[in-house]
Amino acid sequence: MHDRNTRANDAGQGSLPGPDDVLRQELPNQAIVLARESFAASSVNLLVNLSTGSLDDPLEKSGLADLTASALTRGTHRRTFQEIYEILEAQGAMLSVGVGAHSTILTAKGLAEDTESMLELISDVLFEPTFPEGEVELLRGQKLTALAIRDEETRAVAQQAFNDLAYEDHPYRVPSDGFRETVVPLVSGDLRNFHERTYGPQNMIIVVVGAIQRQNAADLVAKHLGGWENTHQKPRADLPPTKPLKARVRRDAFLAGKVQSDIIIGVPGPRRKDQDYLPAALGNSALGRFGMMGRIGEVVREQAGLAYYAYSSVVGGLGPGPWQVMAGVNPANLERAIDLILQELRHVFSDGITAQELADNQANFIGRLPLRLESNMGVASALMHIERYGLGLDYYRRFAQEISAVRLEDVHRALKAYLNPDRVAIGVAGPTGKGD
Amino acid sequence: MSVGTKPILRAQLQNGLKIRLLENHTAPAASCWIWYRVGSRNEQPGLTGISHWVEHMQFKGTPTFPAGVLDRAMSLHGGTWNAMTWLDFTTYLATMPADHIDLVLRLEADRMVNSLYDPEEVESERTVIISERQGRENQPTFRIEEQMQRAAFNVHSYRHEVIGDLADLQSMSRDDLYAHYQRGYNPSNAVLAMAGDIDAQAMLRRIEELYEPIPSGEHWDQSPSSEPQQTEERRVEVQGPGKTCFLKVAYHAPAGPDPDFLPLVVLDSMLSGASSLSLLGSALSNKTTRLYRALVEPGLAAGVGGGLWATIDPYLYWFHITLAPEQKVEKVLAAFDTEITKILEKTVTRIEIEKAIKQARALFSYDYETITRQAFWLGFSEMFSEHTWVEEYLDRIQTMRPEDLLETACKYLIPENRIVGVYVPTGVGIHA
Repeated sequence: MHDRNTRANDAGQGSLPGPDDVLRQELPNQAIVLARESFAASSVNLLVNLSTGSLDDPLEKSGLADLTASALTRGTHRRTFQEIYEILEAQGAMLSVGVGAHSTILTAKGLAEDTESMLELISDVLFEPTFPEGEVELLRGQKLTALAIRDEETRAVAQQAFNDLAYEDHPYRVPSDGFRETVVPLVSGDLRNFHERTYGPQNMIIVVVGAIQRQNAADLVAKHLGGWENTHQKPRADLPPTKPLKARVRRDAFLAGKVQSDIIIGVPGPRRKDQDYLPAALGNSALGRFGMMGRIGEVVREQAGLAYYAYSSVVGGLGPGPWQVMAGVNPANLERAIDLILQELRHVFSDGITAQELADNQANFIGRLPLRLESNMGVASALMHIERYGLGLDYYRRFAQEISAVRLEDVHRALKAYLNPDRVAIGVAGPTGKGD
Repeated sequence: MSVGTKPILRAQLQNGLKIRLLENHTAPAASCWIWYRVGSRNEQPGLTGISHWVEHMQFKGTPTFPAGVLDRAMSLHGGTWNAMTWLDFTTYLATMPADHIDLVLRLEADRMVNSLYDPEEVESERTVIISERQGRENQPTFRIEEQMQRAAFNVHSYRHEVIGDLADLQSMSRDDLYAHYQRGYNPSNAVLAMAGDIDAQAMLRRIEELYEPIPSGEHWDQSPSSEPQQTEERRVEVQGPGKTCFLKVAYHAPAGPDPDFLPLVVLDSMLSGASSLSLLGSALSNKTTRLYRALVEPGLAAGVGGGLWATIDPYLYWFHITLAPEQKVEKVLAAFDTEITKILEKTVTRIEIEKAIKQARALFSYDYETITRQAFWLGFSEMFSEHTWVEEYLDRIQTMRPEDLLETACKYLIPENRIVGVYVPTGVGIHA
């Protein structure tokens, strides 16, 4: 073995990103560019965060944001669908667009030699999509098939059953890809209108990480995306609060012919910017992540042998994303698995986690940080994260301190605030089960 | 191709353990993979799924590293660790801060010979494994692919899914598992691959210290029965819940080291789209491929994909088609066959080959971005060939001529060499 600090830091790539090696620049249209160079590989990774998302969908047109994003590459004023993909695929480049409730994120990856070409193409599909009728119709058909497949998957159906209960009367109840009945009527005019009113540089963040000098990257972004304006783009109204659950509620969806049931148990959780978030993340790690999936994995999988997967997650995004436990079990073991999960929730709700568990999970969070930043896309996602949540360019340099500063009572407070087992939503999907 | 600024350190211990080490100092981390030539290929009827179950049992601890201690030790340092079982191998991976990688070396040396296989743990894991299988059975694509594998192979052990048959998972005993472990897990049957912020020479000395005392064991060189040449098209139909019809076509394909393998990979770039040859890598979009244009653009299919894997023995080249609603299988299959016929009747252009080369170069670049993937390739390539196979890959496809591709297509992409599978949905939906 050897002194890793000498070796890795000599190479100039191993340190955590910070103000001295990340360029942050505001463009004339107020979009923000972040760039970091890494010549360890010959690729360049790009992320573009847009402030449009499924929260902008009218309820009766749920899925519109998702269909619009997918249709961006179906044709522009300058290029046909096939011409767009001929450029991308001939370069071996990747371009995808994902839609969440709050944001639409465009992800691109290519060889460094093609960086400008990728940015030019991104500007074309973002600024001037035409949403050709034939292409939209075809794409809508593909989306409907995807929805049909989704609605036969026990995990997705369990998630929807959970969302119906945990987010009753809240926009988070509606999945980003919508429902069959809301997607069927969508036409290209809807997409054009949606693009005109929600796409623009407001709150846009662009991250470039890879084999390109960072100033060069920022200049290219400014050249291709810095001139974008849209006076029709308006800020979105505030998200309404979620209704607190007053009792334990449960919904079962029956899917004939399936051989396994999926369970989701949880609540609307903290937002990333909430004071409770980091304590909740550490508490959640002890509950359903650490080692072979924390306490939940130990009880449900290791001891009882009930499930192949059993773990928990806390989303912590811009809004109150779910804090939930998930498991897939044989239908005969469904009630036992639910009881065991509720029992573990009761333990952490009543007694919190131990000081040793907190110390272990703090060490885990700090230790795994360099591995999260191992790839260029990992670094790009990390930079997007700090800009999106206003954490500051030095966040990853401060990370160990922030995690270490979380006290046991902070974790207990977060667990008490959210994970009352008598006030959770339970969503189940499978071939058997009981109803409300 | 280059996989770093330093050459790979290759060594073999007296007991047969192969070592592959690559220094890469771009991040203070190291990734260690230990590979055993034990997969579903090595399984007999009645014991299908045993390799995968053994993989699970390897996380149940040894006297030195009891299960809980092990999990905690790895997680404390922020390491990621996992394992996977495939047709030809089982592999255990861990990526750690480099100054803690010694823990992984000690753990792997220990569990190569000292795993407990406690009978109670075996029984507890039986239901976990069955649960894993049932989770897959929930997927229509698993159901049809399982039946197609059975149809494709009458005698070769590739005929069953890696997860194994339910009846075998219900009946297999602790002693079966332990015997499989003892036979397959030994230095003469293993490759240790590591990449990252290491000093390769010092690492080799440490590996010698830990692994040299382990007895060599039996080299598992018993080959499965050779599959006789298929002489006519085989068809499989599976009915099940859902509203979506899936059509799959699988052609018998050459083994990874076979000279015909790479021409098929290049053809696949043109037919269904370029994808990484690793089991972990990503695929490019396929909107300009022949099959997308013939099936998805006219609205016959909602999606199409395909691919083949480098294996020890000849396996399958798969095509996956998700039918658009209301479309008939025979019409979609006819459109598919039209494209295959074009490949058989007319040579592809040099431009198409150049595109495939650039796509392969990009995918390799993406694959080698992390030390985890670099270590993966060091070991994976040894499972069916050796690392030179990877290093020479781009050079070999650059020399490929259109007539080479035509010759290969005519050898493999013919009806009598394929299995056609259809998942027929019975239309049952959700009832809340």
